Amino acid sequence: MDWGGIIENTFRGLIGEQFIYFGLAAIGLNMHFGYTGLLNFGQAVFMAAGAYGLSMAVATLGLNFWWGLVLGIVVFPLILAAIMGVPTLRLRADYLAIVTIAASEMFRIIARSPSLDRWTGSSDGLTAFANTFYDFSPFDTQKRYFFGLFIGNQMWVVLVGWIVLSLVVLAVFLMMRSPWGRVLKAIREDEDAARSLGKNAYWFKMQALAIGGVFGALGGMLRAIGTQSAQPQSFITDITFFAWVALILGGAAKVGGPVAGAAILYGILNFTDVFLRNSVADGWMPEWLMTGTQVGQVRFMMIGLALILLAAFRPQGLFGSKEEMALDDR
Amino acid sequence: MSHRPVSKQRVNPVTSVLRTVVAAVVAVLAIAALAPSVASAQSDDAEVKGRLQARDAEGERVGVGGVEFIASDLSGNEIARGVSDEEGNWSIQLPPGTYDVLLNVDTLPDGRELRNPDKNPAQVRLIEGDSKSALFPLGEAQASTSSEIEIVQLTVDGLKLGLIIAMCAIGLSLIYGTTGLTNFAHGEAVTFGAVMAYLLNVTGIFGLRIHLLIAAPLVIVISGCAGWLFNRFVWFPMRRRGASLISALVMSIGFSIFFRYVILYQFGGRAKRLTDYQLQTAWDLGWFRLLPKDLVIMVLSIVVLLGVGIALQTTRVGKAMRAVADNRDLAESSGIDVERVIRWVWVTGTALAGFGGVLFATTESINWEMGFRILLLMFAGVTLGGLGTAYGALFGSISVGLFVQLSTLVIPTDMKNVGALLMLVVILLVRPQGLLGRKERVG
Repeated sequence: MDWGGIIENTFRGLIGEQFIYFGLAAIGLNMHFGYTGLLNFGQAVFMAAGAYGLSMAVATLGLNFWWGLVLGIVVFPLILAAIMGVPTLRLRADYLAIVTIAASEMFRIIARSPSLDRWTGSSDGLTAFANTFYDFSPFDTQKRYFFGLFIGNQMWVVLVGWIVLSLVVLAVFLMMRSPWGRVLKAIREDEDAARSLGKNAYWFKMQALAIGGVFGALGGMLRAIGTQSAQPQSFITDITFFAWVALILGGAAKVGGPVAGAAILYGILNFTDVFLRNSVADGWMPEWLMTGTQVGQVRFMMIGLALILLAAFRPQGLFGSKEEMALDDR
Repeated sequence: MSHRPVSKQRVNPVTSVLRTVVAAVVAVLAIAALAPSVASAQSDDAEVKGRLQARDAEGERVGVGGVEFIASDLSGNEIARGVSDEEGNWSIQLPPGTYDVLLNVDTLPDGRELRNPDKNPAQVRLIEGDSKSALFPLGEAQASTSSEIEIVQLTVDGLKLGLIIAMCAIGLSLIYGTTGLTNFAHGEAVTFGAVMAYLLNVTGIFGLRIHLLIAAPLVIVISGCAGWLFNRFVWFPMRRRGASLISALVMSIGFSIFFRYVILYQFGGRAKRLTDYQLQTAWDLGWFRLLPKDLVIMVLSIVVLLGVGIALQTTRVGKAMRAVADNRDLAESSGIDVERVIRWVWVTGTALAGFGGVLFATTESINWEMGFRILLLMFAGVTLGGLGTAYGALFGSISVGLFVQLSTLVIPTDMKNVGALLMLVVILLVRPQGLLGRKERVG
């Protein structure tokens, strides 16, 4: 049992790449669900919008990196928000849930379809679109940084990720202090009351969906840059629920909730993952109970279980307050 | 919107016995699932082998089983035969020499044909200890030339798909109607049915394989029990605590993921097939071709759906279901035991979904994600018909089945489900209450 490796990976989960990607996605979900009460089960598609916006701009259309940023952060997520929001935001909450989860499935089918290979690279996805990003890296690709946790290029992704994450947290904090943020909370608490005060609830919900989607797209784009590939497999439906667990675990409707949640979640997931892998490799784990390929499935089971238990027993998460909880008393 | 706490139930002696029986059944099935399969190792001088694969409707590679391979020497005398297994693997043990390996085209399943028919038979030379592969790439059969015939064929296929979706979706719609829960875990009830059928039919219990005709009713019973358990130990306590519908919905998503990955963990990621009724020759009826099993499936589902319709219309519990779905408070105040009705809805809904899973497994293959895919088609169907209405679910699902199949006339086959999901978005845009739903504010 390689305890050094286990501790290193756990620590990496707490602050590393996965924490950044899913922290951003969870902040977006917080905008949707925590503050506005929207049930977005398709955050993975917003992440994919960021990833494919950049990679298709550079690898398929041959535009430069900066146009890729515009496409991935602004154009794709806004189009997506319009597609998912316009039909559903006037309706009861579960219709948005159905349409967003259907959008994830549509993304999967379209992105994997061999007939669109020319545009999306189908199952293999797209690569070689992030060179400009790494050209700016001040770090030596050969050296390890931050207590030896990250090699040069990773360090650059993580550093940019931390900066983006901090800026987004600051933005959410300022937005929620503004009158605009109070309208969102009012819609979450009682949409009819907000409407009777002359607020256009539909339009506010639309804005919240789009802004949260942009945050998700940032997470997805960083993920594509960090792994240097945009693949359908990285943005399957179940990915959304990693962000959901991060959000509910940390506490919805708190500015820092999703960030803390993502850190704790990935600490736990990385710990179990490496621990189980070590157990299998060392032969501690009986083979009929778990094999190497089955280890990867355990984290999805944990996500499912975490959603069940949190929703049933602690909807406010670790740091949230029960008063501000869209999960409760509806 | 939250439900009032429900009065405490009397503990029924029958229920506790039933609970024990169910627990025993579950334990037995778990043991059967864990029992390792015995692989037989053969040895001969040399072998020729291969893996016969084709792309399914999703564009994924699946094995093609039950196809016969014949090895003959160069003067045409047959030496040995082999048949591909469910994953498409086949091998023939042979003494060293040169052989013609022929794929018996008559044994190919319907709709599959060789991409290079002139490379069949393939010649292989084997020396001692050799293990050589012979490749037979498969392609889609050429679509029939006349487009009217194609439309009729696709309509028949779509009707079959729609009937199965309808069977699965009635439970989804009734559960929504009576409890207000959008149950995202309903797709896993379909997968559960299919996997149970596989356990009974292919894995077998203590080495005893049960014929599909007996396995199917068993699966219906097991699924019904599972639905009862799910309601009794998860949703009933949640209702009693007065949990919000949103947290129930998030929980159902959690269950969907959890069950799906437990099934993947146990069942593996590869698509599998049942043993019975796999190899059938299609009847050519001029306008369209139909496998005998598909006819049986369509007739069976029509019978079951009619039965459900009649039960909803005439029996006490059926009427009570519609009453609760229509107006829960009114139903309760007129003396209907709402919890009993909900229990019935869970049992029948899950049993029907399980049966739908068996039918799916019979026509296509079993796969750990199948239920989730079907769930989205169910949502499309149920929304089209009107969420919460049983007849709406029926009508909407059949429309979705037809739409999915007929859309392949325009869009590539691997993207056919996209059409149905887009339709879902369009319906919500123009008529959110569905075609048969009541016009009321759904926001």
